[in-house]
Amino acid sequence: MAEQVRAPLAGNIWEVIVAVGDTVEEDDELLIIEALKMENPVYSPCNGKVVEVAVTKGDQVQEDDLLLVIDS
Amino acid sequence: MAFIENIGLLSVTPGMIIMWVIGLVLIYLAITKQYEPLLLLPIGFGILLANLPETQLMTQGEGLIWRFYHYGIEWEIIPPLIFLGLGALTDFGPLLAQPRLIFLGAGAQMGVYVTFFSAYAMGFTLEEAATIGIIGGADGPTTIFLSAKLAPHLLGAVAVAAYSYMALVPIIQPPVMHLLTTENERKIKMQKSRTVSDREKVLFPIIATMVIILLIPASAPLIAMFMLGNLFRESKVVERLSDAAQNALMNIVTIFLGVSIGGTMNAESFLQTEAIFIFVLGLIAFIISTASGILFAKLMNVFTKNKINPLIGAAGVSAVPMAARVAQKEGAKADKRNYLLMFAMGPNIAGVIGTVMAAGIFLAMLR
Repeated sequence: MAEQVRAPLAGNIWEVIVAVGDTVEEDDELLIIEALKMENPVYSPCNGKVVEVAVTKGDQVQEDDLLLVIDS
Repeated sequence: MAFIENIGLLSVTPGMIIMWVIGLVLIYLAITKQYEPLLLLPIGFGILLANLPETQLMTQGEGLIWRFYHYGIEWEIIPPLIFLGLGALTDFGPLLAQPRLIFLGAGAQMGVYVTFFSAYAMGFTLEEAATIGIIGGADGPTTIFLSAKLAPHLLGAVAVAAYSYMALVPIIQPPVMHLLTTENERKIKMQKSRTVSDREKVLFPIIATMVIILLIPASAPLIAMFMLGNLFRESKVVERLSDAAQNALMNIVTIFLGVSIGGTMNAESFLQTEAIFIFVLGLIAFIISTASGILFAKLMNVFTKNKINPLIGAAGVSAVPMAARVAQKEGAKADKRNYLLMFAMGPNIAGVIGTVMAAGIFLAMLR
């Protein structure tokens, strides 16, 4: 089942921690969004494998933009 | 012989030495702990300069630093220009997306009024009490603006108190937040706000200027500059002006502001017992503002299904964006998947307007 991970707030992609193919567990840090000079980690909602990474470091994202997809 | 007589060292007083220590401490805190360095570094240095004898730096009519102070602060030019830059930096989106958050910005001004009455009860004049109370708004330029108009002899103390407590927001606020909220309340996830159109963002500064100034004309210098800066930003057609306002201009006037404030803090005027009261009352003002913002949010939750996380009420204290960051951090501690930051910016920005309006009310009543 494909789980879409969307941006919980608007900001800049500070760091993409995982890559396509990585196995992740629930609550792992997937990437970090910078807003107002704060680093905000985005956590995995489930266990599974990363099948798509839709953003790269430096991208500007709005709330709800697709960040990555996990196959669980 | 004339040279020996003019050596400053011979005129140093104990009071001056105390002020040197204070100035050096501020410089130290600015550099090593990064406590509001943009203000506290030049203020600290200005204190040193103001307490070196025979320099004539603050001599009325001719001193270098007196001129910065007179033309920048006494003439009330610098604080409005800082507001021009702040307006160009501010995104009203989070507030426009959830307009009810403006009440949190208003509620958090309670610390200003409670402190005003307390200071007056303690024996300060109405003008002095208002200047001390406005520290609770956590808004440096407004504090300076009001002090220069109502109680210039307190300027140094209230400015240092205001900026010190702004630097200490991450330390002062969390205990108050924990005391007044339950774990469950801190976990409240707020519903997504509506999207704000670009047109709304352009109309807002224009309409806000007219409404606020029609209500409180005395707030005009600050509100007008704030909203003009915001209009520069949102119109998107004067990028050069917006850039100048938020960068070059802001930095330039900040230099003059810091040095001028420090220049007023000579030993005779600063080392009065009043200074201690100002620092204590300023801290109380901050704490009460934080508390009232939180409690106001809890009150609003009684009347709405769309619950507000009370932590963002604390962001009504207009230390932008520091207080919003503190709300985010405390919310994430309760539930790491809770992202309060942009919600907290709503009351944070509303608080700035609230503090300016409070200052305008004081001016209208007392000038």
